[in-house]
Amino acid sequence: MNVTPYRIILCDGTACINSGSRKLAAALQEQLAQHGLTDKTTVGLSGCLGMCDKGPILVVNPGYTIYGRVTQDDIPEIVEEHLVHGRPLARLAIQEDHLYNRFFRVFGDAKFFGKQMRITLRNCGIIDPENIDDYLSLRGYEALAKALTDMTPEQVIAEVEKAGLRGRGGAGFPTGRKWKLTAAEKAAPKYIICNADEGDPGAFMDRSAIEGDPHTVVEGMAIGGYAIGAQQGFVYIRAEYPLAIRRIKRAIEDARSAGLLGKNILGSNFSFDIEIRLGAGAFVCGEETALIHSVEGMRGMPRPRPPYPAAVGLYGRPTVINNVETWANIPVIILDGANWFRTVGTETSKGTKVFALAGKVVNTGLIEVPMGTTLREIIYDVGGGIPFGKKIKAAQTGGPSGGCLPEQYLDTPIDYESLARAGSIMGSGGMIVIDEDSCMVDVARFFLEFTQDESCGKCTPCREGTKRMLEILTRITAGKGLPGDIEKLERLGTMIRKASLCGLGQSAPNPVLSTIKNFREEYEEHIHDKKCRAKVCKSLISYEIGEKCIGCGACRRVCPVSAISGAAKTRHTIDQDKCVRCGMCFNTCKFEAIAKG
Amino acid sequence: MAKTQLKEKTAPVVDDKRIELRKFIDEMKTKEHADSHLIDVLHRTQHLYGYLPTEIMDEIAQAMQIPTAHIWGVATFYHYFKLTPPGKYEISLCLGTACYVKGATQILQVIKDELKIDFGEMTDDGLFSLGPARCLGACGLAPVVMIGERIHGELTPKKIVQVLKEYRKQAGKEDGK
Ligand SMILES: Cc1cc2nc3c(=O)[nH]c(=O)nc-3n(C[C@H](O)[C@H](O)[C@H](O)COP(=O)(O)O)c2cc1C
Ligand code: FES
Repeated sequence: MNVTPYRIILCDGTACINSGSRKLAAALQEQLAQHGLTDKTTVGLSGCLGMCDKGPILVVNPGYTIYGRVTQDDIPEIVEEHLVHGRPLARLAIQEDHLYNRFFRVFGDAKFFGKQMRITLRNCGIIDPENIDDYLSLRGYEALAKALTDMTPEQVIAEVEKAGLRGRGGAGFPTGRKWKLTAAEKAAPKYIICNADEGDPGAFMDRSAIEGDPHTVVEGMAIGGYAIGAQQGFVYIRAEYPLAIRRIKRAIEDARSAGLLGKNILGSNFSFDIEIRLGAGAFVCGEETALIHSVEGMRGMPRPRPPYPAAVGLYGRPTVINNVETWANIPVIILDGANWFRTVGTETSKGTKVFALAGKVVNTGLIEVPMGTTLREIIYDVGGGIPFGKKIKAAQTGGPSGGCLPEQYLDTPIDYESLARAGSIMGSGGMIVIDEDSCMVDVARFFLEFTQDESCGKCTPCREGTKRMLEILTRITAGKGLPGDIEKLERLGTMIRKASLCGLGQSAPNPVLSTIKNFREEYEEHIHDKKCRAKVCKSLISYEIGEKCIGCGACRRVCPVSAISGAAKTRHTIDQDKCVRCGMCFNTCKFEAIAKG
Repeated sequence: MAKTQLKEKTAPVVDDKRIELRKFIDEMKTKEHADSHLIDVLHRTQHLYGYLPTEIMDEIAQAMQIPTAHIWGVATFYHYFKLTPPGKYEISLCLGTACYVKGATQILQVIKDELKIDFGEMTDDGLFSLGPARCLGACGLAPVVMIGERIHGELTPKKIVQVLKEYRKQAGKEDGK
C-alpha cells in the first residue's frame, strides 16, 4: 500500500454547505478510520473557492486535485482510489482549464494565474477562516505589527494614498484622501465602519470575502483605526448572511484573545476594538449616511452631504466608512508596499477588483482580476462564455445603480473611468451576464421596480419620479406603450439623476437610460410593433399548438383558465381570448408541439 | 429626539422568551449609546418569536424608554422585520438579478399556483408563507428559494413542485408522531 500524508480541504462556503458539504465531513472521517488513515490525513475547512455551481467541493493536497459535486456515496471511492492507491479519480475531478483550478496550482505567493489575480481574496479557499493560526501562518497581522512599530499614522495614510487605492464600494473615492480628511478633524472620538451591507441584488463578493478570510478585514480596520486615531470600529453586515456574521464574530473574538484587538495592541499604546451591527434588509442602508443612521438604531434614511462622514459621521463624530474589499486591500498595501501595489491595474485605477459573476455564463462564481482586464476576458476567458451556445446580449455591472453594456462594449477595460464612459459604473462588483433570452425593457423594469421599492421616500424626485418611470415601463412591457414614452423616460431619468438627495435616486435611472441608449430598438418594437423579441413580456406573446400535437390532453388539463380544447388524439387549439399566457401548457407539453410567438 | 418618559408597567406575562429578551435589553442598556441597539433588540425579538408581536414592541418601548412610535417607525422601515407570524415553512423566493434573469418569475408563478398564496400571505393550514428576498447570495445556484434556513437552488418549475411536496410530506410525518 502506498500511503502518503494527505491534507483534504472541504469548501465550507454557503453554496457548498447548501449543496451538502457538511455531510461529507462525517462520511470522510468514517472512511479514513476504516482505512486506518485518520492520523495520516488532516481534514480542514476553507471559505468559498469561487466554484459555487460545482459544489460541494473537496480538494486533495498535495496535487491540488479538485473534486466537484461530491456526494456522500463518492467518498469511499475517493478514499480508496486516491488516498490509498494514489490514483486521483478522473470521474469527479474538475479538469477544465478555467476560473476554478488555475489558482490552485499557485497556493501561497500567487502572482498571476491566467487572467485572474487574487489580492483581496488571496487567502480565500486556502486557509480555514475560523482558525486564526492559519491566518497568522500566512503573514497575518504582520501588517498591523509593522504599522504599529515601524510607521507613524501619517506614514500609513501616505502609503495608502500613494498606493492609489480607491473605494471598492462603488464610487471609487481615493481611500488615502478619505483617511487624511478624517485624521485632520479635531473632534473625538473617531470611528471606523466597515460597510458589509452589500445590497446589490445579484452580488456576493463581500459575503464570500468575509466568509473566506474574515481576519483580513479585521486587520485592515485596525490599521485604519491606527491611521486616523479611532479606537472603535463597527462592521455593518446584512442579517441575511448568518455564516459571514458568525465568522467575523469569531475572528474578532480570536483576535481579541490573541491581543490583536483590545487595549494596548501588541504592547503599543494603541487600543482598538470592533463591534458588529446587523442590517435589516434595506438597500439604501448601503449609502453611508443612511448606514450611519442605521448603526445609531434609527430608520436608515440618508441626509444631504456635505458635511461628509469624514467630518460629521457616527454619533456626530468624524468617521471613515469603507467597503469590505477596500479594507481587505489594506494589509497587502502595508506589507508589500505602495510601489508594488501600483504595478497592478491601470493609470487611474490600481489593484484588482472582485466580481461576482452570475447570470447566463458557464462559470458562475467569485473572481478577482486586475483593473484593466476587459469585460470580454472576464466573461469568455474566466467565465467560460455563454451556455448552450447562445449569444450574449449585455453585461450588467453596478447592479441597480449601473448600466447594461452591449456586445460592442465588451472590450472596455475594467476601471472606474472607462466603465463610466461606456455608460455603466464599476459598482461594488456585481456582474450579470444577459443573453438573448432576456428582454432589455423587462430588465430595466426589474431594476427600477427594485429601486422604487427601496426608495426611502425622503426626497420627492426619487420617491415620485421612480414611481412614474416604473409606471411607464410597466405600460410598455404590457403592450400599452405610447409614442413619446421613450422621450418621457429620458426626461424623467435625467431629472431624477440631477435632483435626488442621495446616490440611490441619483443612480436609479441608470439601468433605464443605458438600455434606452443601447437597446432603443427593443423599446420601439414594444411600443410600435407590440413585439417582444426575447419573448419575455407576457402580453406581447402568444402560444400556438402546432402539428406535433398528438392530442394527449396534458396541456388541456393544466390550463388554469380552460382555454385549450380538443378531442383526445386530435390536435388541440388555444382560445387566444381566454389565454392568460401563463406558459403552463408550454412547460407541460412533452412533444414540443406548442410554439411561443 | 425629545424623549417622553414612559411609565413602566409590571410585565404582564412572564415566560422564558420574555425573560431572555429582557436580559438582552438590560445588557444593551449598560452600553454607551444604548438607544442605538434598538435594531439588535428587534433582531433578537424576531429570532425568539419568528416575528415582531405588537405587545412585545410595547414592552420594548417601556424597557428601553423609547417611544413606541419610533420603534414602529424602525420596524416598518426594514424589510427583514416581519409584523405577522410566518408559516411553519417560510419560503423566501429570491428576486435578485441573477435569479431574475434565470427565471425566478416562472418559479414564483408555480409557487403561487401550487400554494394559492401571494407574497406576504400564508397558506390556510399555516404550513407555508411566502416572501420575496433580494439576493440570497447564492447567485451561482440561481434561481433559488430559501425555505427555513435551507437553500434550494437550480430550480425548475418541476423541481420546486417536488421540493414543496417534500416539505408537505415532512410536515405530515411530524404531525403523525
Ligand atoms: C444606494 C447606495 C447603496 C450603496 N450600497 C453599498 C454597499 O452595499 N456596499 C458598499 O460598500 N457601499 C455601498 N454604497 C457606497 C457607500 O455609500 C460608500 O460610498 C462606501 O461604503 C464607501 O466605501 P469605499 O470608499 O470603500 O467604497 C452605496 C451607495 C448608495 C448610494
Ligand atoms: S440573485 Fe438570487 S441568490 Fe443572488
